[in-house]
Amino acid sequence: MNRQQILELDFIEARHKLIDIGAFLDRVRRASGEEDFRMVAFRKAIGELTNPEERAAERILLAFSDPTTEPIPSATTKAACGAWPGSC
Amino acid sequence: MRYIEPHAHMVSRVTDDYVAMAASGCAAICEPAFWAGFDRGSSAGFHDYFLQLTDYEPKRAAKYGIPHFCWLCINPKESEDVGLAKEVLSFIPEFLDRPNVLGIGEIGLNKNSRNELEVLEMHIDLAARHDQLILVHTPHLEDKLKGTRLTLDALRNNPRIRPERVIIDHVEEHTVGMVLDAGFWAGMTLYPGSKCSPVRAIDIIENYGPERLWMNSACDWGVSIPLSIPYTALEMRRRGHSAEAVDDVIYQNPLRFLSQCGKFGLR
Repeated sequence: MNRQQILELDFIEARHKLIDIGAFLDRVRRASGEEDFRMVAFRKAIGELTNPEERAAERILLAFSDPTTEPIPSATTKAACGAWPGSC
Repeated sequence: MRYIEPHAHMVSRVTDDYVAMAASGCAAICEPAFWAGFDRGSSAGFHDYFLQLTDYEPKRAAKYGIPHFCWLCINPKESEDVGLAKEVLSFIPEFLDRPNVLGIGEIGLNKNSRNELEVLEMHIDLAARHDQLILVHTPHLEDKLKGTRLTLDALRNNPRIRPERVIIDHVEEHTVGMVLDAGFWAGMTLYPGSKCSPVRAIDIIENYGPERLWMNSACDWGVSIPLSIPYTALEMRRRGHSAEAVDDVIYQNPLRFLSQCGKFGLR
C-alpha cells in the first residue's frame, strides 16, 4: 500500500486514539495526588511518537519494559502493571 | 475462509463460541493448560483439569465438528510453589499418550522469578525426555522483554531442544525479532488491551515475513475475542493481502508447526 492508501484506511482511527491519549493526560492533570513511575514511563514513551526514525511501536514497548536481566528473588504478585517501577 | 485456532482456553468459554468459531471456518482448536484465575489448592486440581482437557473438552468441541487438541503443564502463574509444580509434573507423563495431547505448554515465566525459572527448566527437561513439542507463554506488559530473554536462554541451555519444535507465544514488536532470529516459531496473540491488536499483528507479518509466525486469540475467562483470527484475516484482506497469503498465515502455518506432532490431524 502507498502512503495515501494507508491514510485513507487508518488516519481517522489513529486520530481518535491520539485524542484519547490527550484526554487521558488531561484527566491525570486535573486529578489531585501524586503521579508514579507509570507516568514517567508514559511520558518517555510519548516522546518516541515524535522521533522520526522507524520502529516507533518497538521503542514505545521498550520504554515500558524492565531492562534488567537477572531473575527476581520471588514473585510476590501475579499481575503486571504496564510499566517497570525502576523507570523513575 | 478456513483457519486453525492454535491457542484458546475453551474451558472458559460458552458453547455459543464453539458455534461461532465453527461457522467462521475454524478447522481445529488447540488449548494450552493455563491459570484458572485463582490458584488451585492441590495437585489434584490439576489432575482433574488434565482430565477435562483430554476427555471432556474434545467431546464438547466435536459436537460442532471441530477437532480439539491440548497442551499440558503447570502454568507460570502457579509456578512459584516449586513443590506443587514437582507434584504436577510427576503425573503429566501419564497423559502424554492421550490422542489429543500435542505437547508441553503453555510453560514459561510470569514475573521472572527464580522459582518460575526453575519450573520452566523442569518443563523443558520433561519435554526433551518425552520428545514433545513445546508452547511457551511469555510474560505480560513490562515483564515481557526480560521474560522472553530468560526463556530463550533456558531453551538454548538445553542441548536436546530443537528450536523448530518450540513456539514462543505472545510476541510483540520488541520480542518477535529475537525469537525468530533464534530459530523458534513465534505466536502473536490478538488480545484487547494487553497484547497485539490485529493491525499491529499484520504490521509484524509485513515487517518480518510470514515464515514461522502464527496468530491466536488466546480467548479465555478475561475480556477476549474468540473470533479475533477471522477478524484479523478480514483486516489483512482490507490491506490488500491475497486470499492465499491470508490462508498461509492462519491455516498453513499452524498446520506446519502442529503437524510435527503425529497426533495432529484435521477431519
